[in-house]
Amino acid sequence: MNQRDAAIVGIHEHQSRDVEGKVSALQIKAESAARALEDAGLSWSDVDAIYDAGDGGGMNGLTIAEYFGLKPAVIDTTNVGGSSYEFHAAHAKRDIASGKANVALLTYGSTAHSNARAIGVGGRGGGGHHPADNMDMFTGMTLVANYAMVAHRHMHEYGTTSEQLAEISIATRCHAMRNPDAVRAMEDLEFLDIRETTIDDVTNSRMIADPLHLLECCMISDGGGAVVIASPEVARNCSKSPVWILGTGEATKYPQTSADITTSAGAYSGTQAFGEAGISPAEIDIAMIYDSFSITVMVLLEDLGFCQKGEGGAWVEGGRLRFDRPGDGPALNTDGGGLSSNHPGMRGIFLLIEAARQLRGESCSQVSDAKLAVAHGNGGMLGSRHAAGTIILGRD
Amino acid sequence: MNEPTRPLPHTNEMDTREFWAATKDKELRYQQCDDCNTVVFYPRRHCMGCTSGNLTWKLSKGFGTVYTYSVVRQSYHPFFRGKVPYAVAWIELDEGPRMLSNVIEVDDPSADVQIGMKVELVWEEHEEVNIPLFRPAG
Repeated sequence: MNQRDAAIVGIHEHQSRDVEGKVSALQIKAESAARALEDAGLSWSDVDAIYDAGDGGGMNGLTIAEYFGLKPAVIDTTNVGGSSYEFHAAHAKRDIASGKANVALLTYGSTAHSNARAIGVGGRGGGGHHPADNMDMFTGMTLVANYAMVAHRHMHEYGTTSEQLAEISIATRCHAMRNPDAVRAMEDLEFLDIRETTIDDVTNSRMIADPLHLLECCMISDGGGAVVIASPEVARNCSKSPVWILGTGEATKYPQTSADITTSAGAYSGTQAFGEAGISPAEIDIAMIYDSFSITVMVLLEDLGFCQKGEGGAWVEGGRLRFDRPGDGPALNTDGGGLSSNHPGMRGIFLLIEAARQLRGESCSQVSDAKLAVAHGNGGMLGSRHAAGTIILGRD
Repeated sequence: MNEPTRPLPHTNEMDTREFWAATKDKELRYQQCDDCNTVVFYPRRHCMGCTSGNLTWKLSKGFGTVYTYSVVRQSYHPFFRGKVPYAVAWIELDEGPRMLSNVIEVDDPSADVQIGMKVELVWEEHEEVNIPLFRPAG
């Protein structure tokens, strides 16, 4: 039996995906934190542990504490890219279970869109002085090309098709069209055609890096959010029903001789998390899986054990991932995902937030009687070096 | 107005500077541990297989296989946006290391680059370093 020693009790997702340069990332963090604490029925003074990906500059763990006006007993600035927040949730559970903390605050804020940072379709991978970057930078590999290389190998080994990958894009768009914040995001970011999409729409969209098309790539938005995680004693007195953290897993992967690029670190973090939770993938109602690109989800559905390696293509066919097909396995990214709702660079926190909404019954694409969810973040780059964080969540 | 140029590695980066120095002599090098035979790539000062750290530089013959690739059609980089479409690929060298590079000297990278194809090293010359690229073998 899993240990119910920490629960998500407060959530908030910043609504705007385009702050037009008028709000800072720090302000998004603080506003989101305040709203998430209100959601829980808590206040700043209840917080004794903070988790932030340290993207605010040097000594971030200190400066963010002062900015919030907190004197926490635990500070964790783990940064493993977009999966940082799954790592934070895992650490918060550990820190609460050990008695070091009672109320953990996770924060994220980014103005990637306002800064015109190229994340989704044309950004450069690497750069800087790390030795790995110093070996790769001359190639002109873009972020999407890094993921596209995984897709090519997946197609080569297993016969996966672009039409099968497109299933992931159209399922998330279906969910996005039901989420007013996601629709407004697509309007603000000037998407050309804001509607439910078909497989043909995806495969006929412009090729960005073979074999990935435009509609298989995440958007580049502003945004942020916060999550409050608390001990069972605190959770019992919060405003909303607790969403228990039942299992956690963390893993990394990087290029090595003879390594299989079609298997991600998620194969290891998933096994840990499901094992700790004592449940199987077949029991999961909601799959919040980091959809930086279509291929990310395809690989992760396999790695998390929803189907066998190489069988993901056939498995997703026929709209299986939609929220209104509950008998067929989990609903995917019911907020609209990074493909169609929100991707400010590190969207791992939104995976936790939407999973919690589903288990509370608050989603725009609510799966009836959803009991168990997985939130899986992939940080870094799937086709080279990345960090995987898996969180299994369940309601009372 | 200068033409934008390919971004080049820093020749003073502490772990990779010997690798890049060797490219001046058109040598593609990798490291192997004398004690545990672990192949180390990208270059480092320490062995990841054992704690002895007696690494020896080895010379690759420059032949390999395309493990996987993509054709970049959109880039915002001032140099690469003028080069699209171009192929980036993970090249599995015959000696073991897997390195990221470009496959060049193909008419249409979408049609002419394939997973599993044999490739050979070709050097792109620059002042401070030479850049290891690959072309279809033979």
